[in-house]
Parts: sequence; structure tokens; C-alpha cells
Amino acid sequence: MADVNLETRVMGGGDSGFVTTKFEALLNWARKYSLFQYPFATACCGMEFFSTASPRYDIARFGAEAPRFSPRQADVLWVVGTISHRQAPALKRIYDQMTEPKWVIAFGTCASCGGFYDNYATVPGIDKLIPVDVMIPGCPPRPEAVLDGLMLLQDKIGRGDRTPAVLKNTELPADKVRSLEQLHQLRLKR
Amino acid sequence: MSKIILDRLVEKFGADVRETSSFRGDDVALIALSRWREAAEFVKSDPRCQCDYFVDLSVVDLCDPRTDDLDMEDRFEVYVIAYSVTKKHRVRLKTRTSGEDPRVPTLSAVWKGANWLEREAFDMYGVRFDGHPDLRRILMYEEFQGFPLRKEYPANKAQPLVAYREGTFDRLGPFLTDEGMPLNRGPSVDLLDPALPLDRAPRSDPND
Repeated sequence: MADVNLETRVMGGGDSGFVTTKFEALLNWARKYSLFQYPFATACCGMEFFSTASPRYDIARFGAEAPRFSPRQADVLWVVGTISHRQAPALKRIYDQMTEPKWVIAFGTCASCGGFYDNYATVPGIDKLIPVDVMIPGCPPRPEAVLDGLMLLQDKIGRGDRTPAVLKNTELPADKVRSLEQLHQLRLKR
Repeated sequence: MSKIILDRLVEKFGADVRETSSFRGDDVALIALSRWREAAEFVKSDPRCQCDYFVDLSVVDLCDPRTDDLDMEDRFEVYVIAYSVTKKHRVRLKTRTSGEDPRVPTLSAVWKGANWLEREAFDMYGVRFDGHPDLRRILMYEEFQGFPLRKEYPANKAQPLVAYREGTFDRLGPFLTDEGMPLNRGPSVDLLDPALPLDRAPRSDPND
């Protein structure tokens, strides 16, 4: 219970303390750390997704390691890559088949806004089809950015926030950062 | 490089080989439309050509919509590249058809591989291949209007999103129905409503 919700109070009481919280807050806390994901990988961003999911970057640290290739069992729809007009109905169908609660992450610039494609074939952003929770820009985004996006989604789930969000660039001044520990602290403060 | 194939073509078809060129082994012959199919059969079956391997087939749109008539003669140039696995030489055959009624005889009976590539050429340029067994769109969807790689098609013109079609995957049998997969439409709006615009502003043409 590292990130204690504001609505949660730890009451002291000798050997047997107890915790009060809202049911909703507890539910959201549980949900954000057990995200089953449906990777809808269509293009080159897929490689970066595999990289993020494999041991070097280890998405399992965030409780989101279980891919489910049935939309019925998935919580997060990762739309990884370019979506063409022809593919759009299938993506919408997959989204409709997912059970509530469900979230959507647009992985990369193409999924977020169509990228450099401005033509007859490409959907200019999957928000034209389905509601999107987090958009991660990048062509493709680095695994660090993907993990940042996942953490942003977890943060939004914890707060019950369903508005679309765009992952911001978090470049930190290199001369100010002296250690990894400090970098971690700076990221947390953001 | 020897120009065996070009020599054989000129020998056989005479003036119906309208022009030839050969640059560093890249042999090209422009064939009259009336003998297109015959020329393809010839390069495949002739013992000195033996171009048994079909490499590619596509179309070039030769018109400039700013100056040319869209219905002009010889607007679309259909080309096919054939290679001989035994002789290790290749040739590019071209033919031209009009913009008004682009029609070319199919080569799908000569090389089976031409089937899908002719469908793609039809899909992108609207060139009709006479005698093709199954001339439908292959990359675009049925609702798509026009032919996107023609010069007069605006580069950034998008068309309305299409709805999911039941039975699209009918050849997959058991996956045809969604039995056991109910939809959860929930509170989200149906964004595939064709009334919703794609809100894109027309881009200025850099060539203007």
C-alpha cells in the first residue's frame, strides 16, 4: 500500500491497527495493479511493445504482465500501430467485445493521431473510433515512455479519471541529475 | 547483357513492339495493347526466353491532371516484370491503355501470380482486366469511392469510416458468428456514425 489514497486513513491502535477507505478507492487500487492487456499490434510499434513486455524492461513490475488474446478477458486495449480505414471496424468490434471496466492506450503517434499519414488509407487517430485514455506519442515510443504511459493510466485509474490524456515529454536537465536515485525522485515529483 | 528476349520479341511481333530499351540489363519492351496477352505467353513459353517466374505487375498513371485530359489516350501504363529461373534473365513488358475506358487483357491465365496483383492494380487505378476470374477490390473496402492512386485523387482525401460488416470473414466458417461474444457497448457513443466528420482541413498543394 505504498501510494495511500487520500481517502484512506490508517488508524493507529496498538498491535492491531485498522484502515478505513472508500470501497471505490479500494477497488480502483486493486484494478490498477492487475491490468490484463490485449495487444492490438498492427505495425512497427509492435516491436517496441514486445521490447517493453520482455524481461529487460519487464512490464510485470507494474502488474500488467498478463496478455490476453481474448477481448473478454482483457482490461486494457493497447492499440499498437497504424490503423487503416479497412481495419477500423475490426478494432471497434474488439473494443465492444471487451468487458467493463476497460481502458484504451494509443501506443505511438500513428494510433494517437495518424502520424505522418495524411491520406486515403489511415484513420487519423483511434479516438475517431473508440474512447482513448492515454496517448503515448513517439515513432515508436521508447519502452521508458511506454512504462510512463502505463503509470499514467494507473494513476488515472486510481483517481477514477476517464478524460483522455497525452503523455508529456519528461526530459530532465542532464547536468542537474547526479544519480539514478535523484532521477527517480524527480520523476516521482513530476 | 544480351538482349535475347527483346530480339525475340521484335522478331516475333515486329512493329507491335512499339519501343524497346535496354539499360544495364534492364530490358523493357512496350507492347501494343492488342497483343499484350500473346506477348506474355511468348516470353513465358519461348525456349530462348523461358520467363517462368512472375515478379510484379502494376500501373503507372502517366497523366498530369493540371495539363492533360483525364480521358487521354495511353494514360495508364500497365507493366509486368518476368524472370527466368533457368536463363537468369528478366524483362519488363509494358502496355498502355486509355484514361476513358482503361481495359487490359488479364495475364492471370499465363502466370497465376498475376491474379491478386491485377486486383490490386484495379483497386488502386481502376484499370479493368478483361477475363479476370475475380476482379474485386483487394486492399480497400467495398464502400470506398474512386481509385486512390490515380493522379486526380487528392493526396489527403479521406473517406467516411465504415461500419463493421457481418459475414466479412465468411470463408473462415466457424468464426462467422459472434456466438458467446456479446458486445459491451456501454455508455460510449457510436463514433462510427457516418455523420461524424473526420475534421481534417484541406491541405494546400505544394505544387501550386
